[in-house]
Amino acid sequence: MVGQSVKMALKSVLSNKMRSFLTMLGIIIGVVALVVLVSLVSGATTSVTDEINNLGSNLLTVSVSDNKGKPMKLEDLRVWMEEDPIALTAPLSQLEATGKYGTESDSVQVHGTTAPYAQIQKLEVSRGRWLKTTDVDQVNYVAVVNTALAEELVGYKDCVGESISLNGMRFTIVGVLEEEDSAMAAMMGEQMTAYIPYTAALRVSDQISSEVTTFYIASEDEKSMDRAEARVKALLMERFDEDEDAFTVINQSEIMDALGSVTATLSLLLGGIAAISLLVGGIGIMNIMLVSVTERTREIGIRKAIGAGRGVIMLQFLIEALTISLIGCLIGILLSWGILAVISAVGGMAFGVNGTVALAAIAFSLGIGVLFGLYPANKAAKKAPIEALRYDG
Amino acid sequence: MIVFKEVSKVYHIGGEEVRALDRASMHIRKGEFVSIVGPSGSGKSTLMNIMGCLDVADSGEYRLDGQPVDRYREWELTAVRNRKIGFIFQNFNLIPKLTAWENVELPLIYQKISREERQRRTAEALERVELLNRARHRPAQLSGGQQQRVAIARALVTKPSLFLADEPTGNLDSRTGEEIMRIFHELHGQGNTIVLITHDRDIAVQAARQIGIHDGKVKEVG
Repeated sequence: MVGQSVKMALKSVLSNKMRSFLTMLGIIIGVVALVVLVSLVSGATTSVTDEINNLGSNLLTVSVSDNKGKPMKLEDLRVWMEEDPIALTAPLSQLEATGKYGTESDSVQVHGTTAPYAQIQKLEVSRGRWLKTTDVDQVNYVAVVNTALAEELVGYKDCVGESISLNGMRFTIVGVLEEEDSAMAAMMGEQMTAYIPYTAALRVSDQISSEVTTFYIASEDEKSMDRAEARVKALLMERFDEDEDAFTVINQSEIMDALGSVTATLSLLLGGIAAISLLVGGIGIMNIMLVSVTERTREIGIRKAIGAGRGVIMLQFLIEALTISLIGCLIGILLSWGILAVISAVGGMAFGVNGTVALAAIAFSLGIGVLFGLYPANKAAKKAPIEALRYDG
Repeated sequence: MIVFKEVSKVYHIGGEEVRALDRASMHIRKGEFVSIVGPSGSGKSTLMNIMGCLDVADSGEYRLDGQPVDRYREWELTAVRNRKIGFIFQNFNLIPKLTAWENVELPLIYQKISREERQRRTAEALERVELLNRARHRPAQLSGGQQQRVAIARALVTKPSLFLADEPTGNLDSRTGEEIMRIFHELHGQGNTIVLITHDRDIAVQAARQIGIHDGKVKEVG
């Protein structure tokens, strides 16, 4: 019986192609809005989350804003690490320098740091080696460069052993980092970056003092992270006269949590707006089904006369409403898939149809088909056969 | 087989009381070919609707095949229509979207009969009215006489106890009308019960027995 009803429903949908299409359009637009918006938000969230995860999820960023006359030195960090080696720490000083190779010249981001930095930030060296503690201690003029610098300034990837000059000082390239493959890097282009020993960076620019104002702490897991956070806070409090405002400690997982809740709210909001347009589409279905019931009053009368019960008539019209909403939904999902593919191609970021939201769209469309089909179907089922047979439409 | 006892039906049209059937009583036996004759407004249609279980009487008793259908509820009446009654209407009442085959098959679908048997019986019924070669045509692609033959096939496909025909030749020219009447005679010859409702005396006299209806009152004619 259901099979027959589906056949009848398809027949009726196809016999009024333009009308069916216009009715479906409401559902199609609603589904496209829902699927595309939510997929975009969740796609962007995933890529931002990946980016942050790449920075290390167990990462503390410490910045000192007021040193109270007791500036932190590199030595202090080392002492902390030796006292309690639960975490890795590395200072960072950043500056912009003029990089030169032969006649080529360009602006280069210079990061002055120490050996643990690579591990903390999960940097991988593809050729040569990373900075060593001895490089820092002996103030070696060595640099580890990223692929962008190797390719654009030096001219080829495998440039270990070459010399570049940063603000006029010669550095020997000892390592090249692995190429970044994150979406963000792909979209914005990688900046040319050179990592040099913290001590060497002090000599490249006058702007950098020997005071450590920014450093990173990382540990293997969240548990030791909490311990490290508590410890570094205690140490800093002690050092800076119990003044909380003298420094800030930013926990990466806190940022992640905040980001997660922001994007969840955003998804919900956009999804809600899109769901309203689906609802409007549903009202369109109800409207057209009511017209259809009136138009087919005579058909309903004939069916009832030859033995169709209320249930059968009801089922037929309900399935018709469901067919319209489901076909609309499927077209909408296909369309969303196409739109997201185009956005991905143009934007250089990979967006796919979010499976959960696609399923939600199907479930929602089914619900709308039933909800808005029920009233017209019931109206059809309740018609008295003699009156329906007498109807001239 | 059909027993009407004091059946009455009153309509209220614009505050006025119209007694469409007034204590109508009759008895139709199995295998009879009966015509019910009367002018328009005589209560013919009401009689047919009640006999066909499309409507229920206000008072009186109606038994079909010994079943007290006057006491049946809507879903039971639906089942009776489906299994016991084969309708043939003046305006054919075929579903325009469906082919001749699908129209004939429809009552069997409502009986939840298996696909194979449906196909066998639909083919049989269409063969019976010599329209198997037009099975894939829609009603609009058929002539009036052909449409009425499809309607007859739809009625006989369920092997009903009663063929109920309401002015079956009313929309047809006299030659096609005769063709349709021939089919009714054949069906009667095979032992089927036929009730034919008409205002046309020439058609009515073809039945073995005539019942007249006038102002809602029923009386035997000839």
